[in-house]
Amino acid sequence: MDNNSMIDSLRGKYTTELFSIDESSDILTITVNKSCIKELVRWLKDEIGFGFLTDLCGIHIPGQTLELGVVYHLHNLPENKRIRIKTFTTKDNPKMSSITEIFSSANWMERETFDFYGIKFVGHPNLIRILNVEYLDYFPMRKEYPLEDATRSDKDDRFFGR
Amino acid sequence: MEQHFEREHILVQPEDKNQHFSTLNLGPTHPATHGIFQNVLKMNGETIIDAEQTIGYIHRAFEKIAERRPFYQITTLTDRLNYCSSPINNIGWHLTVEKLLGIKTSKRIDYMRIIVMELARITDHLICNSVIGVDSGALTGFIYLFQEREKVYEIYEEICGARLTTNLGRIGGFERDFTPNVIRKIKDFIDNLHKTLHEFENLLMRNRIFMDRTINVGGISADRALNYGFTGPNLRAAGVDYDVRVMNPYSSYNDFDFTIPIGTNGDTYDRFCVRQEELWQSIKLVKNALDNLPEGNFHEDVPEFYLPPKEEVYSKMEALIWHFKIVMGEVDVPVGEVYHAVEGGNGELGFYLVSDGGRTPFRLHFRRPGFIYYQAYPEMIRGSVLSDAILTMSSMNVIAGELDA
Repeated sequence: MDNNSMIDSLRGKYTTELFSIDESSDILTITVNKSCIKELVRWLKDEIGFGFLTDLCGIHIPGQTLELGVVYHLHNLPENKRIRIKTFTTKDNPKMSSITEIFSSANWMERETFDFYGIKFVGHPNLIRILNVEYLDYFPMRKEYPLEDATRSDKDDRFFGR
Repeated sequence: MEQHFEREHILVQPEDKNQHFSTLNLGPTHPATHGIFQNVLKMNGETIIDAEQTIGYIHRAFEKIAERRPFYQITTLTDRLNYCSSPINNIGWHLTVEKLLGIKTSKRIDYMRIIVMELARITDHLICNSVIGVDSGALTGFIYLFQEREKVYEIYEEICGARLTTNLGRIGGFERDFTPNVIRKIKDFIDNLHKTLHEFENLLMRNRIFMDRTINVGGISADRALNYGFTGPNLRAAGVDYDVRVMNPYSSYNDFDFTIPIGTNGDTYDRFCVRQEELWQSIKLVKNALDNLPEGNFHEDVPEFYLPPKEEVYSKMEALIWHFKIVMGEVDVPVGEVYHAVEGGNGELGFYLVSDGGRTPFRLHFRRPGFIYYQAYPEMIRGSVLSDAILTMSSMNVIAGELDA
């Protein structure tokens, strides 16, 4: 299935939930409403053949209304096609459907995403921190936690005209 | 603030109290755990009922650090993912950045990279397979193969000056050309490796004791392996011929003719055999790449990202300017996102890079194959005995650095 027929079938199935389709990057990228993510992944796996979850990770984009995101990379091994699915949620209510029922590999990847971004995957069997210590009380990969001393300014972008 | 957290779900459940189940802590620093991670095993006698893994003991927050570093400085972080084959990680990262920047490399650079990556794959598989021998009680093969690994590390030393955490190559090529000494050492190594490999295979491959210990131990079906996100030799042992080098060829791998070995049962013996055959294929690849190594420059002309030679920095204005710009991160990076995968020692090593045009990545995620397939470990060892669990773990080639990132 090439990109065009893929987009057609996506458009046919989802009308309001499908926010954007982007072909400009290396992989066909779609952004969807978080309400349909589980159903979409299941449909892609069972009907279209995206039977391999390559990657699942979080992203934090401050300034958007929906700040926290999850990026899924699925791979259709027989046809060797990849697809990237993005879905975003608010920081106040960072809930997302878990896809552990569909892919067992999502288990730790979702735990990692929870650990670093605080995204709560509803339906995950064991959503606890995985790499950080259990008593950590914040989510370190969020952009509001700078890595280095905040007073250090010698590496700031604005010194280079940005 | 520090509290004591007890993982309740891994303790013996109340309904089990009248049965004689026990919990066994395997790790964090047990010699047989191959790194710092813990397995809490729930056991009935010597049979494993259930297991729960704890990882993260050497978590170093690479993804967070990467958001503060210019692209060329991230190479040193990738070294420390799978430290048994760091050149693959380094080159994988360089290929990712080159994909984002749209840099096309010449055949010579591609072939040089293939040589280095296949040498790294050889070391990775040598370690894994020799350690399977050690964990089943055969120490001799380990000593044989580690002598060979040492030779590869000497080759790395000749190429880049480092041995384990190599920081090898640059965005756009290599820091220096292969010297005649490097070529000689590679030829020497490749021409003599088959003797040791044959010797090693004679020790273990058809050894009745070894076969009894490994066949039908820690098996996984192709279906479950795909569902668990297995890649690399572990997936191929289960019978799925997925290899990134063939499916999405990078660095001119499509110029070469090589075979992808697959297994049938996905058990420890199949994983051993697949890695063993991949060693032979890697030898062939290195040989072919070295014989057909084209003439040309060892790096592309990308002054925005490729650090100029040091002597020019001290004598030429142009070089000094570029050096300053690169080191201070004052070069423009295109806005965009890429996912690039290479076939690492353990499977698909992916880099998901989001750039907002700043001096550092906006987001960088490493798809570490070991992290993803290690979660299948409890399912693979359930019902087996403790000594088989150790063998299963060593045949999966779980690397702590890759798990924890």
